[in-house]
Amino acid sequence: MANYSTNEFKGGLKVMLDGDPCSIVENELVKPGKGQAFNRVKLRNLMTGRVWERTFKSGDSLEAADVLELEMEYLYTDGDMWYFMKTDGSFEQYAVEKKALGDTEKWLKEQVPYTVTLWNDNVINVTPPNFIELEVTETDPGLKGDTAQGGSKPATLSSGAVVRVPLFINEGEVLKVDTRSGEYVSRA
Amino acid sequence: MTDDWRPTATIETLHERARLLAEVRAFFARRGVLEVETPVLGHGGSTEVHLASLSAQATTPAGRERLWLQTSPEFHMKRLLAAGSGPIFQLARSFRDGEVGRRHNLEFTMLEWYRPGLGLEALIEETAALVSSVLGPELGDKPGSLRQRRYRELFREHLAIDPFSVPLAELRRLAGEVGDLDMADSDRDGCLDLLMSLAIEPHLGRDGLDVVVDYPASQAALARHHRDLEDGAWVASRFELYLEGLELANGYDELIDAEEQAARFAADNAARRAAGLSEVDVDTRLLAALANGMPEGSGVALGLDRLIQLALGKSSVAEVMAFATPRC
Repeated sequence: MANYSTNEFKGGLKVMLDGDPCSIVENELVKPGKGQAFNRVKLRNLMTGRVWERTFKSGDSLEAADVLELEMEYLYTDGDMWYFMKTDGSFEQYAVEKKALGDTEKWLKEQVPYTVTLWNDNVINVTPPNFIELEVTETDPGLKGDTAQGGSKPATLSSGAVVRVPLFINEGEVLKVDTRSGEYVSRA
Repeated sequence: MTDDWRPTATIETLHERARLLAEVRAFFARRGVLEVETPVLGHGGSTEVHLASLSAQATTPAGRERLWLQTSPEFHMKRLLAAGSGPIFQLARSFRDGEVGRRHNLEFTMLEWYRPGLGLEALIEETAALVSSVLGPELGDKPGSLRQRRYRELFREHLAIDPFSVPLAELRRLAGEVGDLDMADSDRDGCLDLLMSLAIEPHLGRDGLDVVVDYPASQAALARHHRDLEDGAWVASRFELYLEGLELANGYDELIDAEEQAARFAADNAARRAAGLSEVDVDTRLLAALANGMPEGSGVALGLDRLIQLALGKSSVAEVMAFATPRC
């Protein structure tokens, strides 16, 4: 793979650091007017999701990481692995381990497109769409007339996620949920 | 369709910027300092190891030749001083290759001025007054509390070392630890620069203006040297002014000795060769001007975009420039 020098570091660039693929979040040039230049770089470790802050001498370089982000539809799980399929018409399937799936497991719905991150052709991360529509499978009965305000209650969705919803929501309703915050947005 | 054509500053900010530029000109007019304009291109460039100069090919009466874009207007302005200009200032577009970021832009506006006959202390006062007048009455009161800090003192306070006497091995270890990187092949100044940038600068200018003085002699550039009162070590007659963790200005008791200047240029180019960098043509006309006699005095270069950024409460220089480098 190619190498990238600090002056090529920009948000989203994928590089290798300490053996892990990382995505550059921020690159800040630090340089006293007459002195040596350094770069303060924030990188997201794509394996752990953690953000690292590192300093490099300007001009140093890092190896590029063979990382691809592709859109794939969720198909099914056999309990061990979760299966996704490319949406580019190739029907190519990828098996994903629980570790790579992480929190996304509770936002899975068939035929919804997810952003799948591949490193050396292995899936290392699956990101759900920002908003997803899911059916309520379990919640306390709705309170009639309480459509304006008031409290909230927990509701279990078809994907397994539990979100706080307004009291008027009933089982069987389909809700729009923000997967980033895990919050109810509206009835779908 | 992209939005790349749009300015990086709002039109409202550009109005504010114009107002502050007028304030700078009024400040110097009140003090009888002459505004000058000198060429951006020159036959000589900055030899400084840590400044990368841009150059251009031009056809001139001398034929096809390489001209350097200035990293600051220093050389031309000093030639004016040698010719008897008296006190002068300039709002000069300056260029530094590779310097692009939140605090840097490939080309930027340097406010540079020279005060023949004026000592460094008086120039520090004047620089603080200029900063206050640009920041305006609300923000400008704060820098009224001007603090002078010795370079050595800051390293003792923040890192518990004496930057002049600490052994190189210990300095490398500390710099490596603070920056979390390998500094084993760095020299003293490289280590000190890293520590200054990461461990000290962020704390400077948080409670009014901080002026750092008595830099290591090796970081003097075009400043004179003098003896440190503490132990007689050579230090640079240079100051740096900080506000809100930002390095704003760099002032010198100017070197006026042509031979010493020629020797520093040569040493810079030798260091460039050793570091695998290309050499930069020395400004022989500056050396001739110094040999002819430049009046003693002090001068300062201030990054005007950064000062405007602080005055307008912005978080990057790009927000106070019509088109920052990525959009030029």
